[in-house]
Amino acid sequence: MNPEIGHYALALALPVALVQAFVPLFGAARRDAALMAVAGPAALLQMLLIGTAFAALTQAFIASDFSVINVYQNSHTAKPLLYKISGVWGNHEGSLLLWVLILAVFGAAVAAFGGALPDRLKARALAVQGMIGTGFLAFILFTSNPFLRVNPTPAQGLGLNPLLQDPGLAIHPPMLYLGYVGFSMAFSFAVAALLEGRVDAAWARWVRPWTLAAWSFLTVGIGLGSWWAYYELGWGGWWFWDPVENASFIPWLTGTALLHSLIVVEKREALKSWTILLAIVTFSLSLLGTFLVRSGILTSVHAFASDPTRGVFVLALLAIAVGGSLTLYAIRAPKLEPGGLFSPISRESGLLINNLFLATAAATVLLGTLYPLIADALELGNLSVGAPYFNTVFIPLMVPLVLLMGIGPMMAWKRSDLAGVLARLKGALFGVGLVFALALSLSGIDAIDIAGSAGIALAAWLFFASFTEWAGRVRLFKLSPANLWKRVKALPRASHGMTIAHMGMAVLIVGVSGSSAWKQENILTMGAGETITVAGFDVTFHGAETIRGPNYESVQGTFSATRGDGKAVTLKPERRIYDQPAQQTTEAAIHTAFWADLYVVLGDGPADTGRYVVRAYFEPFVPFLWYGILMMGLGGLVSLSDRRHRIGAPLRAASIVELAKG
Amino acid sequence: MAKRKTQRLYFILLGGLAVATGVALVLTAFEDSIVFFYSPTEISQQTLSPGQRIRIGGLVETGSVNAEGETTTFSVTDTAESLNIVYRGILPDLFREGQGIVAEGYMLASGVFQASDVLAKHDETYMPPEVADAIKAAGEWRGDEPQQEATSNSTMASP
Repeated sequence: MNPEIGHYALALALPVALVQAFVPLFGAARRDAALMAVAGPAALLQMLLIGTAFAALTQAFIASDFSVINVYQNSHTAKPLLYKISGVWGNHEGSLLLWVLILAVFGAAVAAFGGALPDRLKARALAVQGMIGTGFLAFILFTSNPFLRVNPTPAQGLGLNPLLQDPGLAIHPPMLYLGYVGFSMAFSFAVAALLEGRVDAAWARWVRPWTLAAWSFLTVGIGLGSWWAYYELGWGGWWFWDPVENASFIPWLTGTALLHSLIVVEKREALKSWTILLAIVTFSLSLLGTFLVRSGILTSVHAFASDPTRGVFVLALLAIAVGGSLTLYAIRAPKLEPGGLFSPISRESGLLINNLFLATAAATVLLGTLYPLIADALELGNLSVGAPYFNTVFIPLMVPLVLLMGIGPMMAWKRSDLAGVLARLKGALFGVGLVFALALSLSGIDAIDIAGSAGIALAAWLFFASFTEWAGRVRLFKLSPANLWKRVKALPRASHGMTIAHMGMAVLIVGVSGSSAWKQENILTMGAGETITVAGFDVTFHGAETIRGPNYESVQGTFSATRGDGKAVTLKPERRIYDQPAQQTTEAAIHTAFWADLYVVLGDGPADTGRYVVRAYFEPFVPFLWYGILMMGLGGLVSLSDRRHRIGAPLRAASIVELAKG
Repeated sequence: MAKRKTQRLYFILLGGLAVATGVALVLTAFEDSIVFFYSPTEISQQTLSPGQRIRIGGLVETGSVNAEGETTTFSVTDTAESLNIVYRGILPDLFREGQGIVAEGYMLASGVFQASDVLAKHDETYMPPEVADAIKAAGEWRGDEPQQEATSNSTMASP
């Protein structure tokens, strides 16, 4: 395929998106079925055109067509195939194309499978998708065209940043984008509902699967980014409160709030306008996240594109999307029918408090992330806001939230009995006490040990309480195995999903607390035969050799580690120098023993002495982070597989809910 | 079952509580976790309380890098003044003489900067914006248009 075909397809997609944005909207206002029906075919055509453009760019990358500037700047013939493909979105232009492709695929999915949606809601939601598409396509075509040619054709490309040549990072951006763009569906439905002037349980049932899918992808995407930073950057940490990490984490926080408030709308038709606001805010933050990362405004790990001329366009797009939707919200939200009433002790109230904690956390993280920009603009000095700020504001907000997470799912709708719920959690509380005592006895009684043990006790609370809730619903211990299995199968998948995700969160908290409290490190300049000790491990250096990789040369050290008289494990950290671009990367060697990692980094040594600076880390509970994130993603998927969440089945859902309650 | 008015009051109360908590947390946290950036010239002109966490930046001076075991000493300059830095650990992959770097840490009583983190961009053409500003302020900036700051694929990383 030829880049010009891709370029042409992309240019054609813009008018198609414009048609999709305005014709159905006009049709919905005039109740003209023929005009509204344009939305579906336009969405499908848009997917086809953008898909063609994306395929053309991918083809140019695979074929190493260096006459395309984008390929020339980001690829190289010696690069392995996987990274030629991931190079498509490893740059500003290509990543935007991926963004808009995912948007088009989601829009087409609504067009193709949204048969049960009311015509006007569907037409309006697709029109909003068309507007978002229009903005992005114009941005790509006018400021960030990936198909520009260069003449004469260079013989070789400049290569992709070696740090990005990694399997984890190859799929990290697509996962993040599936999350960001997934929230665009919630946004489109929210704006459509505002135009419609109606938000009800059915609306929440249509939006929930999209939000759930977006949330699951974003969770896994953020997890992948953290995992990559942990093993690739070689500094032994997994979360840095880096602006780019925050950019994806803030929409995750509000998206999590949205996921929960949608349940209240679906079950009780309460918190309607708050939910609409959350949908708007979450997508706006996703947009902000996309642009903060892409614009390079924030000096940070992944800011690999920057061009001031694009800034104005980005700001205009943000202003239109955020300003427009919030204005519409201000006008229409007060006209929504008031929702159901509930008592301060009730499931609704629990979910509302959850939302307030998450929203407050999102606001404080956003403030910390943007503060250096604000201070710079107001000439308050050149400053940075580091991890201490985020830890100070974030942890006090998360602890009560997690305590509430244990109680909330057991509370009844409308009005609940807190004493009764707590009585059912006696067993869980007893377990928490045991875990806390055990953690203290294994670690010690220093302040840091108490803090770490308290974190693990908090996790135990969430884990046991979630289990108690699940056990109560399936009547574990009360039914015969055959009946129990029937009961487990009859319980809605969404309930299983919630339990898995909440338990995943508990596992994640074990990882966060344990690794923050008990991580150990040591550093030493070593020659062959010398030993560095960390956390009782003896790590012996056996020398380094130079090896040749597909597109890099590497100094690889060999270490063996033993603890006590246990079996020795071999670790082979590397320092790589890539051919093109000539950059150095550190490849840490990590040995995982289920609950802890041993992590060794080979540094530079004094020249030509055969000695190297070696850093060794003992990273307890870090693997729990990845197990927890996988469980959360899995919980989302299990919940998504609930038949009530299928796009085609909204009408039958009400009767299934009744069944499940009985 | 609450009346609608009572419920609205409850919402407002909760919302107010959330805002107040957020503000209180932010104010406590801001007090001691904002890190200011200084150039070597600025440091020479003012006295900082020892132990205060700051960031400094400049170009690594040619011939100044000295490694003893895992401790490295070097100096950075904004072309007007220079500052001695001591750092224990593995330096970032692209740390070298002539390179623009940013370091976080505190001033020792001896006037040496004790760095706990050294940040360098993974790209030889990159110049941290703070360093570029510092050099411009010292009046020695020549040439390079601002786009230079953000050549494609730069990545900030510390050891």
